[in-house]
Amino acid sequence: MLQIDNIDVYYGKIQALKGVSLTVNDGELVALIGSNGAGKSTTLRTISGLLRPKQGSITYNGQPIDKLQSHDIVRLGIVHCPEGRRIFGSLSVNENLRLGAAAQTDKNLIERTRKDVYELFPRLSERGNQQAGTLSGGEQQMLAIGRAMMSQPKLLLLDEPSLGLAPLLVESVFDIIQRIKERGVTILLVEQNAWQALDIADRGYVMETGKITLSDSAAALLTNPQVEQAYLGGAV
Amino acid sequence: MSLTSYFLQQLINALSIGSLYALVAVGLAMVFGILRLINFAHGDLMMIAAYIATFALMSHIPLPIALIMMMVGTVMVGVLMERVAYRPIRKAPAVAALLTSFAVGQILQNSTLLVSRFAQQPVQIAFPQIDFLRGVVTIGDLTVSKVNIASLVIGLGLLFLLNQFITRTTLGLSMRAAAEDLQAAQLMGIDTNRVIVTAFAIGAFLASIAGLLYAVQAGTVNPDMGFTPVLKAFIAAVIGGFGSISGAVVGGYALAFLEVLLTAIPGLGDILPAATTSPSVISFFKTYLPGSLSSYRDAFVFVILIFLLLVRPGGILGTTDREGRQ
Repeated sequence: MLQIDNIDVYYGKIQALKGVSLTVNDGELVALIGSNGAGKSTTLRTISGLLRPKQGSITYNGQPIDKLQSHDIVRLGIVHCPEGRRIFGSLSVNENLRLGAAAQTDKNLIERTRKDVYELFPRLSERGNQQAGTLSGGEQQMLAIGRAMMSQPKLLLLDEPSLGLAPLLVESVFDIIQRIKERGVTILLVEQNAWQALDIADRGYVMETGKITLSDSAAALLTNPQVEQAYLGGAV
Repeated sequence: MSLTSYFLQQLINALSIGSLYALVAVGLAMVFGILRLINFAHGDLMMIAAYIATFALMSHIPLPIALIMMMVGTVMVGVLMERVAYRPIRKAPAVAALLTSFAVGQILQNSTLLVSRFAQQPVQIAFPQIDFLRGVVTIGDLTVSKVNIASLVIGLGLLFLLNQFITRTTLGLSMRAAAEDLQAAQLMGIDTNRVIVTAFAIGAFLASIAGLLYAVQAGTVNPDMGFTPVLKAFIAAVIGGFGSISGAVVGGYALAFLEVLLTAIPGLGDILPAATTSPSVISFFKTYLPGSLSSYRDAFVFVILIFLLLVRPGGILGTTDREGRQ
């Protein structure tokens, strides 16, 4: 479904990704783990067109997408739910969801998806007219995921959805991710919570300083001692 | 004139000036909200509108067609400005964009001068009379110029429509979203270029109406007529809460009320009815707040605004979001 082939990405003169390759197959939940600054978010930002690779290519169902604009990539069904939630705080919950469907034209489908999102997140439906900025951290994360769902993702890029949440909420976020997968959405999940991410993933990649250093089935990675070492940045 | 009439008169003045400030200020705020660009050439769009109307009416083009030419022409200049001058430097530092806006303003002013010279017109041209905006309306001892009433009604009407647009349509919501977080808006599949062009187009449209009303009030047009209004609109937007559309509206009316208040109070000594007011009050006004003081209005306005910004740095409606932006 998604094929990243040997990409180099720079922030100005600083190289953030060095020859990163990864594959996400239809229906999979793939975890991309690694310590802070390893390049996980950069990878997602490059897929969604916010950054451009200097080398290498990204193809989606065989179509090259690394020169497309972000809003066109969304229309293809690749939806990026960014780190730090990035909800529109001055807009209401409903307005945030409506903008999630900004690229959609089918009114009936939008309405159906909204019901679907409310079913997934009952808390949001109670707060439809509330200003999004006044929601709790957990609710904001639900809204960010719900808003991404409004874009009809075929491939959902989730960046640190558990960041800054209380342990109980982290549990429910991982729960939700599994439920989204069950609905047939392919997911590329970036997480610092490596063990929990691998627990629900089919396969995983480990990143260190801009490179993929390990890739295996999630079950195999869970028992691989190198993962722990990589995750702690080789400090052990 | 009775005290009530004096009060009403000043109220209408304030609302009509405030509407003009607000019409210009929302254009500045929309663009600033999304691009962090202070577009000082925005005032020159008013000037362009006034000139298109002037030349069209001088060529005896019927008023409705002249007004349509004015609106369409100004919107085209606004959109072109974004495409040619601002889009290429969108990733440049804010200072570069600010300087560019001054350059754009100069180019528009000089082009107007050239066209005037080519049309063998002086630098300052009398604005052709528009019949339905001419003269005054008298109700009792209250006298209000028609253009003031028109500014008030048209201004409030357009601001109402703008409010409908930004709260009810997806494009309008996208605009508010883009102002809050441009990148997140992109990730929603929002075409940010389309949103930015829309902001420039709406801003230019509102500026064209404001430019027309301003020219009618002033009676003349000249190439730097946009400078004072854009400065006032900038101040209005800042005190309201820069970057927010509602802030620009609130700021526009607040600035106008403050100006009118500071003009009206010093004149009170001559207005207060001598029969019912104690002489000491009247002499207080005449001694300490004489009518001549109103020429220092702007100085007092700015002192008050400085205090306002000390107390509320984000403006009247300002909130500071996580990036420390207002």
